[in-house]
Amino acid sequence: MSARSEILQRVGDAIRGAPAEPVAREYRRTGGLDADARIELLRDRLVDYRADVHEVDDVQAAIASVCVAQHVSTLGVPPGLPGEWRPGGVEIVDDHGLSPRELDALDGVVTGCTVAIAETGTLVLAAGPAEGRRALSLVPDLHVCIVGRDQVVELVPEAFDRLGELVREERRPLTFVSGPSATSDIELSRVEGVHGPRRLVVLVQP
Amino acid sequence: MTSFPEAARVELANAQLRANLGKATTTIRAKRARVVDEVPDWEALREAGRAIKAETLSRLDGYLVEFEEALLAAGAHVHWARDAAEANAVVADVAQAHGVTEVVKMKSLTTDEIGLNDALAAQGIHALETDFAELILQLDGDWSSHILVPAIHRNRTEIRDLFARTIATGPLTDDPAELAEASRSYLREKFLDARMGVSGANFGVAETGTICIVESEGNGRMCTTLPPVLVTVLGIEKLVPTFADLEVFLQLLPRSSTGERMNPYTSLWTGVTDGDGPQELHVVLLDAGRTRVLRDEVGRQALQCIRCSACLNVCPVYTRTGGHAYGSVYPGPIGAILTPQLVGVENAKSLPYASTLCGACYEVCPVKIDIPTVLLHLRAEVVRRAGSPAERLVMRALAWIFAGRQRFAVAQRLGRVAQRSGIRIGPLRRWTKTRDLPPAPKESFREWWNRERA
Repeated sequence: MSARSEILQRVGDAIRGAPAEPVAREYRRTGGLDADARIELLRDRLVDYRADVHEVDDVQAAIASVCVAQHVSTLGVPPGLPGEWRPGGVEIVDDHGLSPRELDALDGVVTGCTVAIAETGTLVLAAGPAEGRRALSLVPDLHVCIVGRDQVVELVPEAFDRLGELVREERRPLTFVSGPSATSDIELSRVEGVHGPRRLVVLVQP
Repeated sequence: MTSFPEAARVELANAQLRANLGKATTTIRAKRARVVDEVPDWEALREAGRAIKAETLSRLDGYLVEFEEALLAAGAHVHWARDAAEANAVVADVAQAHGVTEVVKMKSLTTDEIGLNDALAAQGIHALETDFAELILQLDGDWSSHILVPAIHRNRTEIRDLFARTIATGPLTDDPAELAEASRSYLREKFLDARMGVSGANFGVAETGTICIVESEGNGRMCTTLPPVLVTVLGIEKLVPTFADLEVFLQLLPRSSTGERMNPYTSLWTGVTDGDGPQELHVVLLDAGRTRVLRDEVGRQALQCIRCSACLNVCPVYTRTGGHAYGSVYPGPIGAILTPQLVGVENAKSLPYASTLCGACYEVCPVKIDIPTVLLHLRAEVVRRAGSPAERLVMRALAWIFAGRQRFAVAQRLGRVAQRSGIRIGPLRRWTKTRDLPPAPKESFREWWNRERA
């Protein structure tokens, strides 16, 4: 008998007659905050993770000044990053399948996101045109993430409502980012930046 | 397997271990309490989490087939493994098919459980642990003492010394940031050249074939996106029915585990994505004792566990002995119910007793596993299978005494005399020395009735 049929048979034997379990979903599915309060909550939670958060009118200028402040000279971007976000003064490298070593040579990366969850301070990247491949926002040491005002939801289930179709219909890979990479493995002292980007800058559009 | 009391005695003598553990578990406990208290619907989430897992287990065969179909449709290879050896062989075969001699690996309890690293080493394949704590343990030939912070029993000076003689390229202080940097630069080179990654999984979604991992450092993202080939080993109990079910667990898990509102990185991938991440994906569905656990109607709830480790941090036994005393990959209260069921109670019969039954583990469990009840159930099982002849004899004698009214009355009178005269019986002396029985009444109800009303 194959391992597959044997395991399925063992499972079937083990659960024969097990009663069905009704699942009560009485947790919060929609939040009660208005857009300003949601953004304020998102900022508070992200700052708690030691991310930099700014509300900006001019995204392009804001990215340019982050690049200056963080000494970025080569900036990776997903090919679908809107032209009006691309700053001058730095070398922009479009990711048309950069190798891991080429990604490692970048000083930073700019991406958009699909949804941001205020209550947990989470940015969700769903491999859209302005978000790019998973590796792009992982290897460079600085990640600048642009969040649109209408992308901010209050609760985790509200984010899942927006993401379900992308996974079910398009099988998009998702990355949830809540602050910079961190470890607390040595005597529980928190250290930012182990393998992912050590600095996370979030720019929220009005 | 050394018995828990014997192993615990050794661990308790280690003052460094007890100090580190005390500090760590107190800190995490406080962080968890703070972020759980701020969630107004925590109990509703717990109940949903419990019910989703129980529902999954009650129809697991159907969900496994659905998961397999979704994975195949998404371009993944699916393997089924009855036991550790079969799972390990799959990973080794994939590595050999690609001529790979080193794989990068993210922290995974499941692969620890099946002894994957040793099995690969026997085939000449090095499994490089990339989680910071796991790397420390691997470099030193040590093993995990806590599900979440595996190297919690080591202090910064020990880690500095270890790195200085292994991976450091220059002088090092014992500053945690500097130590993390040393591991970052060492592993960065490995990640960039890695040809195969190995991961476990926190959740698998039957509906879509999606695999979900949660982590803090980013090494998991490295292992699951940079190498062209990825093998994910997943216990069959890790499934949830639908993608939307994750909205419950991604709230329960980080707050219960690290005491964060959300862990830094959560990755979800659904098969192979063209041009993004590994282009060859293998998923190994592992039984290795899980169907045995599933057969037990009381014990099967142990399979609901989402490996958060909250029960370790509140356990008055674990917080003193640490994880090594349990002699199992899964330590603490959850280990005390999971390990004996996975390997058979006859092979871990002291573990169900490694508890005071205080119930703190049940209260913090994000999926409401009733650990105390399962512990009692397993203790009964241990006694049923392996009760000592003396114990069986005593029980039979008690049954005979209790079955006859005259005999029972005589026993009551004898018991009173024995208690008044302060008798402490031979083999029970150690137990009775520290415990007082309530004083027996001067007369029984029947005696009083006979005296007053007869």
